[in-house]
Amino acid sequence: MSAFASHDSATKQSAGNAITAEDIAGSGGKASEPVAQYALRLGDDSLMLAQRLGWWISRAPELEEDIALGNIALDMVGHARFLLTYAGSAWGKSEDDLAYFRDEEEFRSVRLVEQENGDFGQTIARQLLFSFYQYELYSALQSSQDQTLAAIADKAVKEVEYHQDHAAQWILRLGLGTDESKRRIQEGLYYMWPYLDELFADEPLHDELEGIAVRPSTLRENTMKRIEALLAEAELEVPKVTQARLSDAPRDGEYSEYRGYILAEMQSLARKHPGAKW
Amino acid sequence: MTEQTTSTENSVDQQHFDTLIADDSRIEPRDWMPEAYRKTLTRQVSQHAHSEIIGMQPEANWITRAPSLKRKAILMAKVQDEAGHGLYLYSAAETLGTPREVLNEQLLSGKAKYSSIFNYPARTWADMGAIGWLVDGAAICNQVPLCRASYGPYGRAMVRICKEESFHQRQGWEILYELSHGSKEQKQMAQDAVNRTYGPALQMFGPPDADSPNSQQSMEWNIKRFSNDELRQRFVDMIVPQAEALGLTLPDADLKWNEERGHYDYGQLDWDEFMSVIKGSGPCNVQRMQRRRKAHDDGAWVREAAEAYAKRQMQAAAEAAESANDNEEVSIVAGRASAELIGA
Repeated sequence: MSAFASHDSATKQSAGNAITAEDIAGSGGKASEPVAQYALRLGDDSLMLAQRLGWWISRAPELEEDIALGNIALDMVGHARFLLTYAGSAWGKSEDDLAYFRDEEEFRSVRLVEQENGDFGQTIARQLLFSFYQYELYSALQSSQDQTLAAIADKAVKEVEYHQDHAAQWILRLGLGTDESKRRIQEGLYYMWPYLDELFADEPLHDELEGIAVRPSTLRENTMKRIEALLAEAELEVPKVTQARLSDAPRDGEYSEYRGYILAEMQSLARKHPGAKW
Repeated sequence: MTEQTTSTENSVDQQHFDTLIADDSRIEPRDWMPEAYRKTLTRQVSQHAHSEIIGMQPEANWITRAPSLKRKAILMAKVQDEAGHGLYLYSAAETLGTPREVLNEQLLSGKAKYSSIFNYPARTWADMGAIGWLVDGAAICNQVPLCRASYGPYGRAMVRICKEESFHQRQGWEILYELSHGSKEQKQMAQDAVNRTYGPALQMFGPPDADSPNSQQSMEWNIKRFSNDELRQRFVDMIVPQAEALGLTLPDADLKWNEERGHYDYGQLDWDEFMSVIKGSGPCNVQRMQRRRKAHDDGAWVREAAEAYAKRQMQAAAEAAESANDNEEVSIVAGRASAELIGA
């Protein structure tokens, strides 16, 4: 029996796309401009990460991981669909208008989710940082005064709990597994670490959304406390690296070199046939 | 054990096996079965598993480029299902006595085969439709009767797989429907994919009955319930009206209703091409195998780490149990002592 089989939570099927983007589109709820901008940020993060993780399907170290990473990617597409649909309600645009017909500079994702997959260790390092952050984010967003955001968070948090568990189990296995796995996961953590600050960076937008959006800086303490405790258990070091520089409005201006490539691939077919139905 | 008792035991076992087959009952992993039955099933079930795994590749090719988020989600779920099918089937094959690692090694070394259709390229988005409609459709025709296969674990795996496959087929049909009712370019894309997939899909049922010598034995063992040609006919009869509903044509000049037979006649398939693709000269044979080997090799360090970690955990658990045992012994001794004290 494979060593993977004994830990089933990584491969457990989550609720998937039980509530649909169509439900949100059909609900008639229209997001205000700042709420739409906020939803766009969260949706773009999920979409970029889905693009990255989807690559692993058919390339993972073991079949169970094709399924697990595929499942996480699928959840991410689901979240992106809800959030982009909701954001689009402010501007009369669909989820696909926003996903396929915006240019690089119009996306609002953080650089962390755009980083390359690298080896499995690098991917898991990104999963660790992002899923722990996202768990805190959606937990807090459940009590948003915006009903739609609260409902999306309520569904998403249950899924992200699995993503977090998946990442944590792999951090332990890789940290405590072999010398090689320890070296690789440690390198992966060093690679991803400079993009942590951006997750917790407040923007002027958040001032306009008191009680509706979660202020990113409030998530830092819990997220980092739990990540650092896990790294200690896995006998891994907390990387000592300088954080990547941020401007005053990080998500409005900062993005990685990778974003262009991700979008060129993702949008290629849709843009070749503008207005087409699929 | 003398030879005589072996043969007597065997003949009793054989009789029991024959009775189960005659009664159309199920053979379960612990039942005695003839070596040839075990071997045939292991080959068939593992080939099926390998086909699911290699079959992930042509579709994974479009995950990052799916033209809408809804289609992206459906495609991801579908390819993920295929990995799941591979897992059930490897588990079913393992109950016949060959471990998954060995089966995987047979795939990677090229010793084991997988369905030849996956050696064709998925060039356009319409291939996602054609694969779903025709390839999954053919798979369903093949697999529905396998739900009644005499080997229990295989039949039960097929029940679950068939449910998911029919969902996949419907999704494929829907993709082609949207394309064939879309722009001129989209319709052309759909027709082109169907033109390329039709022949290889019909060949998924295997060679004509006259050239399929192993089929007879499989039918006697209640593994196979219908011949290759019977299943192929059933498939053709099913897809002709579906193609009409799509507004697409099937690339077969000889395809026409035969009133007398009550079936559609269809043209000769290119069996030379089929054999040469099986032997390795398909457009993607090398690519598919290279990709699978690379995923396996690149993942070696991860699997080693997981194993090392599992071993470490087991050791820790064993040590904890041992120290708990020591404590228990102490308390048993203490218990005895106090029992003696009260004169029990």
